[in-house]
Amino acid sequence: MESASHDEIKRHVKIYICVFAALAFLTVVTVMVSYLRLPMHKAIAIALVIASIKGSLVAAFFMHLISEKKIIFSILILTFVFVAVLLLVPSL
Amino acid sequence: MSELIRYISKPHPITGVTNSKLGTWCFLASEVMLFGGLFSAYILLRTGASVWPRGSELLNVPLATLNTLILITSSVTMVMSWASLAMKDFSKYRLYMGLTILLGLSFLVVKSFEYGHKFEHHHFPSTSTFYAIYFTLTGLHGLHVLAGIIANTYFLFPGSALWKKEPEQFTGRIECAGLYWHFVDLVWIFLFPALYLL
Repeated sequence: MESASHDEIKRHVKIYICVFAALAFLTVVTVMVSYLRLPMHKAIAIALVIASIKGSLVAAFFMHLISEKKIIFSILILTFVFVAVLLLVPSL
Repeated sequence: MSELIRYISKPHPITGVTNSKLGTWCFLASEVMLFGGLFSAYILLRTGASVWPRGSELLNVPLATLNTLILITSSVTMVMSWASLAMKDFSKYRLYMGLTILLGLSFLVVKSFEYGHKFEHHHFPSTSTFYAIYFTLTGLHGLHVLAGIIANTYFLFPGSALWKKEPEQFTGRIECAGLYWHFVDLVWIFLFPALYLL
């Protein structure tokens, strides 16, 4: 992102507004789905999918991961391997 | 200082990113482990309990939804403050950074109402396992919001003096502050359904 030009940034700003609209929409959807009182396993799956989409949007666009360098991804992949191990510990 | 710790404005030739950004991502990786550990504890406590309440029966979903929207909006204003600096518009930076701080404070005010309501009804961390993990996760997240507000307030007032001397370095700092702020938003995106909706 260091050498982004003025026009490029303006284009990014439009994307940020679209991402904001998508995040707000998905927040309303996740709350509405929770009022449907679905069986717990379905409710968890839907809530997790929506939260993952929202999280990916924030990471990709607001945190600029979509145009980030390899080294940052290396750090993140290593981190997620450790998190996966951590989350699997309860099932051992 | 810039001679001692180099590549804080320009990308390092080996990594392709500034040292500041690399450091921020390493810090965020440690934060992922911190919250990951607590999420793991939440799963362990929930799956191990014979009964677990639905969050919506004990917690205020409309207030938490409002807080989610506040935090999402603050993420947009934060990224806009960085974009304003990248477009060399310092007055817009101040506007968006000010809004980010106000939205962060609004989040904490709403959260304090929620906490106050719980305490009024004698619901404390010691009340049940659900409240213990609820207060731990939201409390730690709230502290992160507070830390973000303090850092952003520094960058709005005394820290912004750097803009005149080293605009590129200052823009990099705001990008790093933004990374942290978006991370805090990201954590809430997962906390909200886990605690309030399921």
